Amino acid sequence: MQDKNQNRDFHHALNVHNDLCIGCTHCMSVCPTQAIRIRNGKAIISANRCVDCGECYKACPVSAIDVEQDDLEMIFRFPVRVILIPSVLIGQFPRKIMATSIYSALKEIGFTHIYEVENTVDMVLEANRKYMLEKKERPLISSYCPAIIRLIQVKYPSLVDNIMKVNPPIDMSAMYYREKLKSSGIPEEQIGLFYATPCAAKIAAIKSPVGEIESAVTGVINMNFLYNRILKYLQRKYTETEPPQTDDLLSSKGILWSLTRGELVHSNGRALAIDGIKNVNEFLDNIENEKFDKIDFLELRACDESCAGGILISGNRFLTVERLKNRAAEYRAREDDQSRKPAEGFLSVNEHGFLGNIGARPIGKLDEDISTALKKMERKRRLMCYLPGFDCAACGAPDCQTLAEDVVQGDAHISNCIFLQQQMTKQNLLSQEQAMRITGSIWGKERLEKNCNKLGAEDENN
Amino acid sequence: MQFRHKIAGGDFAKAGNVASSLKKVLRQLNIDHTVSKRIVIALYEGEVNVVAHAYSGVIEVEIDEEKVKINITDKGPGIIDIEKAMKEGYSTATSQVREMGFGAGMGLSNMKKNSDLMKISSVPGEGTIVELLNYIRPDAR
Repeated sequence: MQDKNQNRDFHHALNVHNDLCIGCTHCMSVCPTQAIRIRNGKAIISANRCVDCGECYKACPVSAIDVEQDDLEMIFRFPVRVILIPSVLIGQFPRKIMATSIYSALKEIGFTHIYEVENTVDMVLEANRKYMLEKKERPLISSYCPAIIRLIQVKYPSLVDNIMKVNPPIDMSAMYYREKLKSSGIPEEQIGLFYATPCAAKIAAIKSPVGEIESAVTGVINMNFLYNRILKYLQRKYTETEPPQTDDLLSSKGILWSLTRGELVHSNGRALAIDGIKNVNEFLDNIENEKFDKIDFLELRACDESCAGGILISGNRFLTVERLKNRAAEYRAREDDQSRKPAEGFLSVNEHGFLGNIGARPIGKLDEDISTALKKMERKRRLMCYLPGFDCAACGAPDCQTLAEDVVQGDAHISNCIFLQQQMTKQNLLSQEQAMRITGSIWGKERLEKNCNKLGAEDENN
Repeated sequence: MQFRHKIAGGDFAKAGNVASSLKKVLRQLNIDHTVSKRIVIALYEGEVNVVAHAYSGVIEVEIDEEKVKINITDKGPGIIDIEKAMKEGYSTATSQVREMGFGAGMGLSNMKKNSDLMKISSVPGEGTIVELLNYIRPDAR
């Protein structure tokens, strides 16, 4: 597709399931980086453009977008099986299901140690504060949400230096517990650290980390899968065994951390929290133009209601937020001035709290060479005079401008536009057969045949 | 390659749209973001000036392999003392404009800072022309 000069080694957790995809354009229209095209009746995702935000997953009417995960059986390769659970996992369940029951269910599933991801937020906070004091860039942007980091890398390259290079709680906790378990005498190769993820972006971040060499997390289990497993164990009566290994580092601060404003309330200076990738896009456009200044800190999250709205969350996001707020209030009532802090000595914030360089990898350049890029842009602007400009997406690109760009890059043909096709057939520049062939190459050959096996049609459930 | 945009005076909601669209163009042309950032900031300031002070204006952008030239021509009150207007903090913006977060008196000096060459001419009572020039290769200045 585009950006041919960039390497293609970005790991993505979102993949199109070709057997299920009906090539319907829903995903293509919502993609914030124009990463999707329809070819031969199937959606294809460009690895260079995708930021793993999961908007396509949410928009797909036939569940054709897969989120990859590691096989649960993989955990049994390790004698010590740690599951790191984000607070939103517990937040999804009704209030009457106690956290301890969920812990027991996780033990039944096979984990030996259960820790909440946000147990180390005090270390993250310490690193954040140090970073703010040392760096003069403003606004500083939280590194919490991996989809946002990737969005900035590809769409806002001039803002990469504004990303706070601080390890987010999942990495901090993975390193902390790995060290803690090692210091208790367990050999490193016996420790498997697994993460229950609420979204695809975190999977991509673990499988191909940005700003660090290797993640301390061994594997990833999707939260919706785990949620169903936990429910199954909760419904079944099982004999209470010994409680799993855990610790009591969780704080009200940690419980709220992954929700909108969870980080913001602990920041100094003028700070804003923005959730939802469209909102973030709009805001970063203005930040890049320096339209808004004197902002010290930005908490940006790709999902509406932050991690409570993650694509792998089974519960309702608003109820999840409610439960977590209640849970935090219960914790707060019990907390004294001496808040629980991760034990010193296992992990040094100075040594392990910070990320390395985060580079820009801008998308959308028409050419490396400016004079060629200028020529391509002139051609694109000329093409736009002929394209209808109402972004129907019937050409297999999300909008007319993207089609025009694909055409100048040699990745599409102008006759992919059904309106221009009409014009061209009328002027005998294109035969009926040629037009049908083009339509087939975008939408698949069987597309125009009768098929009652679709939503709203006679046999929709077959 | 040329771009031409009309701007309406007083329409603050749209102030910055031209700068945003130029930003996208410069990115597609693979212009280094440290270079394009200055151009976009200078243009944004110029755009806001037209919106805040003038009745209407036209922005013309010309891009070639070496440089980006921007002409901002407005119909408006003009600038009586250009030297004074160039000083940081000097502003003739009304209190309403200031309440909206504009008119801090940094516009022209910011434009000068973010351009390689800037020319201003004005006829009081008629309007102002600002010419901005930025070289595309940072070492060509």
